[in-house]
Amino acid sequence: MKTEQKTAKTLGAKKMNSNTLLLIITIVLFVVMYAAGCVVYASKGFTHVQTFLNILNNNAGLVCVACGMTCVMLTGGIDISVGSLIAMDCMLLAWGTGKGYSAIVMCALVIIIGLVFGFVQGFCVGYLNIQPFIVTMAGMFFARGMTAVISTDQLSITQDTSALFYGWANAKIQLPAFLGYVNGKGKVQIPYIRVSVVVALAVLILIFLVLRYTKFGRSLYAVGGSEQSAAMMGLDVKKAKLKAYVLSSFLCSIGGICYCLNTMSGSVSQATGLEMDAIASCVIGGTLLTGGVGNVFGSFFGVLINGTISSLVKTNGKLASSWPNILTAVLLCFFIVLQSVFARIKEKNK
Amino acid sequence: MDKLKKLSKQQLFLPIMCVLLVLAVNIVYDVSQGSPFYNFFRITIENGVLSGRLISIINRGSEVAILAIGMTLVVSASGGTDISVGSVMSLCASFCCMLIAGFGVSSVSSADEFACPLIVGLLGALLMGCVCGAFNGALVAYLNIQPMVATLILWSAARAIGLLLCNNLIVYIRVPEYGIFGGYIGFMPTPIIIAAVCVLIVSIVLKKTAMGMYVQAVGINKKAARIAGLNSKRIIFMCYFLCGVCAAIAGIVNSSRITSADSNNIGLNMELDAILAVALGGNSLGGGRFNLAGSIIGAYTIQAITTTMYNLGVSSAVSPVFKAVVVIVIVAIQSQPLQNWIRKHRAHAADKEAAKA
Repeated sequence: MKTEQKTAKTLGAKKMNSNTLLLIITIVLFVVMYAAGCVVYASKGFTHVQTFLNILNNNAGLVCVACGMTCVMLTGGIDISVGSLIAMDCMLLAWGTGKGYSAIVMCALVIIIGLVFGFVQGFCVGYLNIQPFIVTMAGMFFARGMTAVISTDQLSITQDTSALFYGWANAKIQLPAFLGYVNGKGKVQIPYIRVSVVVALAVLILIFLVLRYTKFGRSLYAVGGSEQSAAMMGLDVKKAKLKAYVLSSFLCSIGGICYCLNTMSGSVSQATGLEMDAIASCVIGGTLLTGGVGNVFGSFFGVLINGTISSLVKTNGKLASSWPNILTAVLLCFFIVLQSVFARIKEKNK
Repeated sequence: MDKLKKLSKQQLFLPIMCVLLVLAVNIVYDVSQGSPFYNFFRITIENGVLSGRLISIINRGSEVAILAIGMTLVVSASGGTDISVGSVMSLCASFCCMLIAGFGVSSVSSADEFACPLIVGLLGALLMGCVCGAFNGALVAYLNIQPMVATLILWSAARAIGLLLCNNLIVYIRVPEYGIFGGYIGFMPTPIIIAAVCVLIVSIVLKKTAMGMYVQAVGINKKAARIAGLNSKRIIFMCYFLCGVCAAIAGIVNSSRITSADSNNIGLNMELDAILAVALGGNSLGGGRFNLAGSIIGAYTIQAITTTMYNLGVSSAVSPVFKAVVVIVIVAIQSQPLQNWIRKHRAHAADKEAAKA
């Protein structure tokens, strides 16, 4: 009896360990990569606070998308429609503001479309029991095609088409001056973040709290852990799945607006492969693809690692543009294998 | 009525219905345009080669058909999909052209400039396909990683590696010997022959050996198959391996068609077409029983839809919308909950009628 209790206890401890261990590995990896960048590229300004903030500035949209992706992956599903949905959002914003509609109206429209899109996908996955991959693949086709229906040209948002949106995009929130540095001309460069970063961080914290402290958040973990057990416990599995996909598409729409604030344009080929970045970020951040385990802060660090890789390649300047893709894939491979090894160890201990 | 019901239960019912629907749309369109209704089926010989809309569909659909062979086996054995095939196609094509032209060379216009003989390039591409297939297979079979996730790695990396091999260039091999795989032998389009040979070899192997049964057994219940004495892991590995080889062949055909290696565009979204072909063919995406013929018909159906849409004047950027709708409708029809609901509804109606009587 005693030994049984003991093994149960150690098992519990180990379970906690292997999941937190993945998160710790991710954070350590990020710190090591960033430190290495600072050492190697110190002369190219990698040590400035602004370099780090630029990673955030450039990836604010991806942070929102990764948060949504984490929620879906917690249920054991996947959402590959996000890249195309972002392209559609950007196109809609660019087209709408070009036609003279207010930026606020267009943003509201984008979010409503995101909710409807998520509802349809969630309904197909939850209530019709179709594989998430197939449903979101169709969603991906659909959104990309609709982007082309709106316009096949590259539309851009300028000060003339929408002063409001332009204002949002160019607003800088300055941080305390002591974090800045003196540039070559003797002027102090005060570090800044964009509006989209504030939105992204707010989303991150909100989703963290939702996942941790609300009934809905915990039901996602339960469904991902074991659908059958969750159903037997009295959870409405279908509804939880539906909500997860609606949340994902909703966050993706917010991410789309953040993304558009960055690019200020809409085109059919925009954000291709973004779904891959989001999934990779989640996996690197310790979210299990089988569901039930994960954390949005892990995904956040995954995005930062992604951003650091492209930032390093950009700072180097000599490497081909396909290197970030390859490096991300290598990391992805490493983490996937690591997860599988952990899972195997856990099974053996059972 | 009973016969009709029986017919609709057949596995090939769905793909054949789709083909008929596409044909009907084409015929209606032709007649409305004032052409004879058999315009679609007309096969003529122009410039010494076969031509006509039907031939064009079968010719253009070859790559998807070849991919569908591998994908069917992968889906059947592992209950998952290999989403890396499009990228692997691109990688193999790039590797082939890189070997033939030499690294960093962007254009070759005669056989004298070859860095390697043609055959070395082709074998290299096949080898690359084997390596990619083995990589996916090892991850799925031996490390127990979800198929979609394992293939996600190459989905992102393969195209990028291909770009790297080609030094970010589009490598042109403007040599007739290379173009033959996407061109014509005599009057026959070569891709049709290649696809037919691939289908023939695989189906003979599946029929003559117990391989087909093994794959299905593993797909239906991996554990039970292992207990029955099958090496489940090796069979899953082999399926992914074969899928890689199929992707390499499709890559060579596609690159030969345009006599160049365009890493960014070869095989783009092709994995989705291949998966769609398998689903259209009436195969369950959850693994288990499969029907190769269904997948092949599915592949040509997709090409027929695409070609028809071009004929109707839908631009290539917009056509994904229709494809998406087709996919969702088909999988929704196949989904269990909807079928249960319809059955319940029918039973309810029958009850009511009985009560009335």
